[in-house]
Amino acid sequence: MNNLKTAKQLNSFPKKRSLLRLSRGSKERFTDKLFLSISLLPVVLIALLVLALWLRTQPIFESQSLWSLLLGQTWHPIKKQFGFLPFIAGTVWVTLVAMVLSVPVCLFSAIYLSEYARPSTRTIMKPLLDLLAAIPSVVYGVWGMLAIVPWIQKSFAPFMNKWLGYIPFFKVNNPTGFGIMAGGVVLAVMVAPFIIAITYEVLQAVPNGLRQASLAVGATQWETIKFVVMRQCLPGVIAGIVLGASRALGETMAVLMVVGNVPQLPTSIFDAAYPLPALIANNYGEMLTIPLYDAALMGASLILLLVVLVFNILSTLILSRIVGRTWT
Amino acid sequence: MDAHVQTIDLNAYYGAIPALKNVNLEIPKNQITVIMGPSGCGKTTLLKTINRFLELTDGTRISGKVLIDGEDIYGQGVDVTEIRKKAGLLAQRPYPLPMSIYENVAYGLRIHNMKHGRELDQAVEHHLREAGLWEEVKDRLRSPATGLSIGQQQRLCLARGLAVEPELLLGDEPTSALDPISAQHIEQRLLDLKNEYTIVLVTHILRQAKRLADYVVFMYLGEVVESGPARQVFESPQQERTRAYLEGQF
Repeated sequence: MNNLKTAKQLNSFPKKRSLLRLSRGSKERFTDKLFLSISLLPVVLIALLVLALWLRTQPIFESQSLWSLLLGQTWHPIKKQFGFLPFIAGTVWVTLVAMVLSVPVCLFSAIYLSEYARPSTRTIMKPLLDLLAAIPSVVYGVWGMLAIVPWIQKSFAPFMNKWLGYIPFFKVNNPTGFGIMAGGVVLAVMVAPFIIAITYEVLQAVPNGLRQASLAVGATQWETIKFVVMRQCLPGVIAGIVLGASRALGETMAVLMVVGNVPQLPTSIFDAAYPLPALIANNYGEMLTIPLYDAALMGASLILLLVVLVFNILSTLILSRIVGRTWT
Repeated sequence: MDAHVQTIDLNAYYGAIPALKNVNLEIPKNQITVIMGPSGCGKTTLLKTINRFLELTDGTRISGKVLIDGEDIYGQGVDVTEIRKKAGLLAQRPYPLPMSIYENVAYGLRIHNMKHGRELDQAVEHHLREAGLWEEVKDRLRSPATGLSIGQQQRLCLARGLAVEPELLLGDEPTSALDPISAQHIEQRLLDLKNEYTIVLVTHILRQAKRLADYVVFMYLGEVVESGPARQVFESPQQERTRAYLEGQF
């Protein structure tokens, strides 16, 4: 009875002040539209960015085809030779080395944290790992120059050259220590917190009942992880790796400081390379009097942006399916 | 009475909170023992001590003994996977493994390296028949188990548990997530299986307890209030609290 009364009162309340009610309604619609446009802003920004880069890349297509740009091996702006291949190759090499170094370690860390660690270990380790993501990339770059480059130059490269030098992949053609390996090591550490965090989340999304279903028939914990948990998580783990790779592709500062920046097609992990982000960061704003140089750098940015976008969208799509999946 | 499982002064704790207090029980062989009682009385905890699942929860502790075939399963040098293989579990809701129907049943056999090739095929068929699922799935053994209805999934989980040839079958309210028809299926299976297995069933459904039980354990607040043959406990309970529960007072 009491409830009914209050409901009535509530109903009659707006009627008495119909003017106010109308303005409240239009206010509501206004805020709705306002917030919608604010949240659309980033999307519009990306679209505009792609459009602007595309338009400003156009001049270069008047003299060269897309394929000659992507597959061209010489970078000689004064001679109007803008081959992107050394930079694309540099990006791919550094990213691949980083992922090979990072992924196994990250998977095992995430499995340990999610499946084996006690809650107390977890509460200490998780924030520490997340902290790695907060370190500015220039600090990683300095660490790379002070610690990794000398170590590669004095110990790792000579060692590999001595024992595995007959394989071109490990041959030392560049004695400075600055090169793909140094960039890969620095990047591996930089992407680790992302891969670990995502893999950990994906593992945590596996219901305990599923683990118990496996344990109940007498499987060990490791068998359960290997055959059940990881199988269930595989798409999510892959998405995490792809997201990590997209960060590695776009990372500029730390890589630029240790990778050597020589536009060549690398053949060994100790060769210097020149990834796309480093090209753009090093040259934009300088030498723009050279015809088409500006357009070429815009093209490089466009390639980078599109690749990173595709990687991100892919992994986000997979992840939203997994973590949001209800277990029925 | 031929006791298959026996607990001696069994106490269990979640942190500092006691969940089982001095439980002394003998669970008879090849019968259905039903553990009943209101929510939070320790039914499931007791069940979890029998397949050593309690230790999967952080902060749990146990004292006392649980014997299966006279062997202390918490004793030194006991292989926990052997215990769990011996005591199959049917959980509250089905969790099919992320693999095909066939592989779900074959999973335990592969883990324990028990059967191969043709023998494995036969074992999978045998246990799917045992669980009353064979006719429904024989043409789609290779399709994902998650495509089955929830009632079929629970029977698949039964087949998966039976495949490793356990002695005991533990059911933790195994029909609570199922529709009435599927629940009936499972109940019928349990009745069929009791000649070969010792079945321990946790339930809060009194009518189900009456339909299935040969032996009854009534628990309240972590203690065993009364236990005995089903007819005796249902028809002439010795304890006031048992009588009150059977009359639906709590």
